[in-house]
Amino acid sequence: MIEFKMPSLGADMDAGTLVEWLKKPGDAVKRGDIIAVVDTQKSAIEIEVFADGILDRLLVEPGQRVPVGTVMATIREPGDLADAGLPPKAVPSSASPPAAKSSAPVAPASAPLVAARGEPRATPAARRRAVELGVEIASVLPGPEGVIGLGEVEAAAGARAPAKPQRPGGISFDEMRKAIGAAMARSHREIPHYYVSSTLDVSPLMAWLEAENTRRPVPERLLYAAPLIRAVARALMDSPELNGHYVDGRYDPAEHVNLGIAVAMRGGGLIAPAILAAETLDLAAIMERLRDLVARVRGGRLRSSEMTAGTATITNLGEGTADSLMPLIYPPQVAIVGCGRIVERPWIVDGKIEAAKLMTVTVAGDHRISDGRRAAAFLMNLDKLLQSPETL
Amino acid sequence: MRMPDTQKVHLSREHAAELLRAMLLIRRFEERCAALYSAEKIRGFLHLYIGQEANAVGIMQALGPEDAVVATYREHGHALARGLPPSEVMAEMFGKATGSSRGRGGSMHIFDAKRRFYGGNAIVGGGLPLAVGLALADKMQKRCRVTCCFFGEGAAAEGEFHESLNLAALWKLPVLFVCENNRYAMGTAIERSESVIEIATHARSYGIGAETVDGMDVVAVECAARKATDEIRAGGGPRFLENRTYRFRAHSMFDAELYRSKSEVEEWKKKDPIVLFSHWAEATGLLAAGRQEEIEAGIMRDIEGAVAHAEQAPWEPVADLLSDVYTPASGGPTS
Amino acid sequence: MTGGRKITYREAVREALREALTRDERVFLMGEDVGRYGGAYACSMGLLAEFGEERVRDTPLSESGFVGAGIGAALGGMRPIVEIMTVNFSLLALDQIVNNAATLRHMSGGQLSVPLVIRMATGAGRQLAAQHSHSLECWYAHVPGLKVVAPATVADARGMLWTALCDPDPVVIFEHAALYNDESEVAAGGDLAVDIASAAVRRQGTDATLVTYGGSLKKSLAAAEVLAKDGISCEVVDLRSLRPLDDRTIMASVAKTHRAIVVDEGWRTGSLAAEIGTRTMEQAFFDLDAPVGRVCSAEVPIPYPKHLETAATPQVDGIVAAVRGALRR
Repeated sequence: MIEFKMPSLGADMDAGTLVEWLKKPGDAVKRGDIIAVVDTQKSAIEIEVFADGILDRLLVEPGQRVPVGTVMATIREPGDLADAGLPPKAVPSSASPPAAKSSAPVAPASAPLVAARGEPRATPAARRRAVELGVEIASVLPGPEGVIGLGEVEAAAGARAPAKPQRPGGISFDEMRKAIGAAMARSHREIPHYYVSSTLDVSPLMAWLEAENTRRPVPERLLYAAPLIRAVARALMDSPELNGHYVDGRYDPAEHVNLGIAVAMRGGGLIAPAILAAETLDLAAIMERLRDLVARVRGGRLRSSEMTAGTATITNLGEGTADSLMPLIYPPQVAIVGCGRIVERPWIVDGKIEAAKLMTVTVAGDHRISDGRRAAAFLMNLDKLLQSPETL
Repeated sequence: MRMPDTQKVHLSREHAAELLRAMLLIRRFEERCAALYSAEKIRGFLHLYIGQEANAVGIMQALGPEDAVVATYREHGHALARGLPPSEVMAEMFGKATGSSRGRGGSMHIFDAKRRFYGGNAIVGGGLPLAVGLALADKMQKRCRVTCCFFGEGAAAEGEFHESLNLAALWKLPVLFVCENNRYAMGTAIERSESVIEIATHARSYGIGAETVDGMDVVAVECAARKATDEIRAGGGPRFLENRTYRFRAHSMFDAELYRSKSEVEEWKKKDPIVLFSHWAEATGLLAAGRQEEIEAGIMRDIEGAVAHAEQAPWEPVADLLSDVYTPASGGPTS
Repeated sequence: MTGGRKITYREAVREALREALTRDERVFLMGEDVGRYGGAYACSMGLLAEFGEERVRDTPLSESGFVGAGIGAALGGMRPIVEIMTVNFSLLALDQIVNNAATLRHMSGGQLSVPLVIRMATGAGRQLAAQHSHSLECWYAHVPGLKVVAPATVADARGMLWTALCDPDPVVIFEHAALYNDESEVAAGGDLAVDIASAAVRRQGTDATLVTYGGSLKKSLAAAEVLAKDGISCEVVDLRSLRPLDDRTIMASVAKTHRAIVVDEGWRTGSLAAEIGTRTMEQAFFDLDAPVGRVCSAEVPIPYPKHLETAATPQVDGIVAAVRGALRR
């Protein structure tokens, strides 16, 4: 059965109105015969047939307007049986040519990345980078305008310094510098500092650490800062005059050691957010907090409690080349522990010269609360702890 | 000065004074504009009409307020002759908010819908189809009005010129085509741009009654315009005037005039339409001694007033930048 | 390079025209006021005297006619350079350009070739109001069969014409009218022809990519300079060719900077900026750390007064703001 359809007589013809049929069912038609007259937007046009056969059914009435491609009649080919079935409906069949296969490159349909409600607004580049760095995008704190960009992801991953300085909490570096300046000026002006130093043999600590780290899987390996922080925290618990806040002439010793960790920021500036209740954390927990803190300092997203809750501070965790340092106390704290770099030097042990790994630790204390004897006791305590790293 | 035989012009003393005043207003106004351009008060392109004043002034005498005018980018003269207030035209040149087009158009695009002044069109030939359409609307609405379309001889090379003439003639539309043939399409002399240098010939080839007129003679222009508009109003379809004229100044302010000689310009300046007319009018007693000075004084006051107005007028605020892109009520798409 | 010398963009165009007329007998220049007047922008000053009326042809004001004649002459073996005074006037010839120049090769099944070069001025900035100021490059860049270039530098104004003339297909050259007085160093001699298919990185940077062309290049470079003072490093890509677009250069830059801002004097809707933004989304989506920004002309015919014209078109301040927006700082 052949379908006789409303033809397209031009690209701008979308429909036509049947004026009349020139043949009736049962008539023989042959290719080229005019079998209908159709009125178009332009004029009435005679429509020819392109097949031989017997006109079977007329599906469109004169006066009826139908879209291009509508089957208007069926034509029986020689050999076809008369159609006894239901008449097909006058509906447009595929009138338009099959969609051409585009030879032009089509961008692959990308998975929709429209954030579901409540999901973070992360840029495509940030999402890709997060996958590369193994960062869960939901765990990344958004930056300005609530957007997680490349910078936020890299900071969250603690990725190594991208080119641009980040701003902690929206504070500019100028403001940061000013704030540090003001705090340190106040410290220098108001706090009568004293300093007590001691050079400690950290060879046992480093040896233990090396052995420990070969044992641990890579992601769980420790920096020496972790046992150092733990030892300082524990030693401070035994030195209440070095761990607390001095405000308006009154000293409040702290119950826990919220140990401020001085972290240098990219692009300058220094900030000392605290690891809260550090004395209660094991090495793995301290390591995790440390990583998190550094990443968030660089990403500029510290919590305010971390900024104000420090009860004492530890600084210069072996970074750089300074053998020893004389730090200023962060008010309202009353002590700060400055650790120089670890160097290998000759050291006399039991009357013999040995090569030892040494670190000079300096405690700055507030003379209004304590005196040097207190700090010296702290240092002895610390030394003892460091000599038995396995107990930390 | 020769008075045309066909004249129906009633040249009263008042009318003579009015013709002189209208031409002088254009001349002095534009002289001031040239100075203001150099002072950077007026920017963009400034095309002066000086030398051609008899055309706008003569033609306008035959038009009533119900008739329409379509002009070119050299349209200060047409605007003033049509009766647009010099202060509004000057403010437009300054780009001020009180200008006839609120400052949006500048020198080349002066519009005044209430005076049926359909603007300066800066696309050569662009006004002709517009005039045909205005006339078509009049004809379809059975209004007895004329649309007068000014253009230069340069436009005769454009397809739009020929298409418009054909349409107007075919549909017998009430259009008065006024070709101000000043011999130069910008810097191209008519002999270098037209195969037929009598432009009226083209009109005749479309079956349009056409005349060649001395465009330096305001009375001749007025006579021709009256005759043509009478015929148009009588239902005769379009008419065409080719006014032979000359611009005394450069095409625009930034034009070295390498394409014509100074002596040619000087030769034409001897036919200065204002000088010729005032001499003739004085000689024939139409213009009393001292009358021109009075007129000049009045014009200078008007121009000073216009400049003062333009100086003081406000700029349109930048916040209104997107206004008048669509009719406000239509709430057209904004990006 | 055989030693530099300073010439203006206008002189560069004139030199290129002179070189073309000298090198190839088939080359001729035609357009409104190109002869006696010396060109509306004085680009062809002196060429009539040098090459004569046959080869430097003043045309009547009949854009459709003389552009179409250029197409015919190209079919007939000549190498015409047709100058159209401004892009607004070119609309009178749009039929010939789009329906003939761009289609003849295809319609004839590859039998015909239209080696035609059309030059025209474009752009705002001179208070010429709404019939002389538009940037319609995008309209031409829409049309398959045309090549569209926008020399933004003196060297490109000097070097693109010959390459365009050597091209077997129609090439439309857009010269932003605000550039004609720009001065810059070009080589004294030798072959100055440059390619007409690639984009050029005019300034290296790491934080954001400014994609631009024509008259907006200067503004983009100025904006990059302003931003550099704040430690923001912009890469500036000069498209040079508007059709075809050099996707590779654009995407390479975006992969580096992760942020793209398109500066385009055309109207925003349906603009080249829209096209570039879409391509960037298609080809560099996962490199993007911010939505692609656009600095385009406001959706209004260009108004006459200076302050409104300035407000309607891309300016340095707007570009700077768009970059900051993309960087979220």
